[in-house]
Amino acid sequence: MTTTDAIRVDDLKVRYGDFEAVKGVSFDVPAGGSFGLVGESGSGKSTILRALAGLDRSGWTGGIAFEGRTVARTRDRAFFRSVQMVFQDPYGSLHPRQTVDRILCEPLDVHGIADTEKRIARGLDEVGIPQAFRFRYPHQLSGGQRQRIAIARALILEPRILLLDEPTSALDVSVQAEILNLLVDLREERGLTFVTVTHNLAVVAHLCDRLGVMQAGVMVEQLSVEDLRLGRARHPHTRELRALTVGLEAP
Amino acid sequence: MKTFSREWLLSETPASRAQAAWGRRYRLLLDLTSNGLAVAGFLIVVVCLVASLGAPWFATHDPSLQELGNRLARPSATHWLGTDELGRDVWSRMLWGGRVTLGMVIVVVMAVAPVGLAVGCISGYAGGTVDRVMMRVTDVFLAFPRLVLALAFVAALKPGVESAILAIVLTAWPPYARLARAETLTIRDADFIAAVRLTGASPARIVLRHVAPLCVPSLVVRVTLDLGTFILTAAALGFLGMGAQPPSPEWGAMIATTKRFIFDQWWVPTAPGIAIFMVSLAFNLLGDGLRDVLDPKQR
Ligand SMILES: Nc1ncnc2c1ncn2[C@@H]1O[C@H](COP(=O)(O)OP(=O)(O)O)[C@@H](O)[C@H]1O
Ligand SMILES: [Mg+2]
Repeated sequence: MTTTDAIRVDDLKVRYGDFEAVKGVSFDVPAGGSFGLVGESGSGKSTILRALAGLDRSGWTGGIAFEGRTVARTRDRAFFRSVQMVFQDPYGSLHPRQTVDRILCEPLDVHGIADTEKRIARGLDEVGIPQAFRFRYPHQLSGGQRQRIAIARALILEPRILLLDEPTSALDVSVQAEILNLLVDLREERGLTFVTVTHNLAVVAHLCDRLGVMQAGVMVEQLSVEDLRLGRARHPHTRELRALTVGLEAP
Repeated sequence: MKTFSREWLLSETPASRAQAAWGRRYRLLLDLTSNGLAVAGFLIVVVCLVASLGAPWFATHDPSLQELGNRLARPSATHWLGTDELGRDVWSRMLWGGRVTLGMVIVVVMAVAPVGLAVGCISGYAGGTVDRVMMRVTDVFLAFPRLVLALAFVAALKPGVESAILAIVLTAWPPYARLARAETLTIRDADFIAAVRLTGASPARIVLRHVAPLCVPSLVVRVTLDLGTFILTAAALGFLGMGAQPPSPEWGAMIATTKRFIFDQWWVPTAPGIAIFMVSLAFNLLGDGLRDVLDPKQR
């Protein structure tokens, strides 16, 4: 059981100074699974994701294991070939002075991967960006195109696990669906394991098979998307979130 | 393929890294040339540099040839800007002096900017103890008034151009380190740096290839605006007898040795004074223009 889990999080606690942003959260994601972290803004979702990705500088306690191996606060280079992340804001996650080509080349350079030409061309194809855009700067791209580049960058090292921090919330509604569909397709093709942070239950329903509901640094409930759809949520906060989303989409 | 045509440079879909990079530079250049004052500043700087580098051809006399019978002469057809207290041609001395003064300033800039950039970026990116130690050292250097510290350095070493350069460098780098650190602090937690960390890149690589390039524009602007101050400091050290030594022509030293004639033969110290003023002003105009173009907030 343990070894098949792509991710195991055990009693994760993260502090920022005196403030405990994550207060002992545990969850497992099986290999090939897709887990959603939902909750209102400030409930600690991004903090969990950054701790998982090894980006947290302030130090966390508890246990994090990927594919059966527990990881420390700092990760070795090989770690990043199996785990990658996509950030919320595509306007802030691409280096403003680097071309798409350079952005996609950097991970390959760091890992000493030689066939950069082919990999970059393939990476662009996979996320539906024309090759003509390869030498553009981020400011010459739309928000949706930027997020596609960010996804291509995360996938270029061919990771097995992808962490997504509100991958669509900074985009126009019309573009959101495109990106979500792209993520669904990529996951299917590559058999990726996803952890997706969102405050939108519709995204969860589209992309995930299980979800954990966060409230003020605590995971108050875990349930399957099926249960959520059928209104089998037990915790009042989950029901509240569901009522909000349904209320927004019904009229 | 590599034709530097306007279309090639302004293409919205560059076909290579080089084309994208040149396109960006060309757009910056277009922005800069639309600023009249900046262009004026740039032209003055170029004229001064060309005049100094071409001193052997433009000078009408040997800069150290003394004509004691023709001291403090008024500007004339033979001596365009007159002669100084030893009968040397002021025009020729100004051209040769430009080499010393501008040369000093260029060396100072080439030393100060990289040191400030390195200290600031490393300090800001590393944070913690490294940051605290490096910033306290910077504070120590910053706490001394520049000219006083420069004077102390020069006095401890031997007066001369090299000592003056060293003195200015040692006193001028702290503000650059501060500036680079401030820029780094705004960048280090950005998602695009987090994304680079997620490649497994070493901190050295991140600072060198991703953080420092973003700090360069504001440093370039600051350097350009400070060039005037460097010239004035170099001139002041020369004026105080701590910089370039006579008979070497240097603008500050030229003013210093002829300052007693300011009322009766005013043209003698005035010529190098105007040169210092012009170059300082030109660099400031250029710096203002660069700031408008490179300001990261305008992108
Ligand atoms: N670097 C930080 N320093 C201090 N507090 C932080 C920091 N990052 C996040 N927080 C706090 O931690 C809490 C959780 O933040 P976050 O994980 O970003 O929430 P979410 O992603 O669920 O909106 C918030 O109250 C936020 O203010
Ligand atoms: Mg968040």
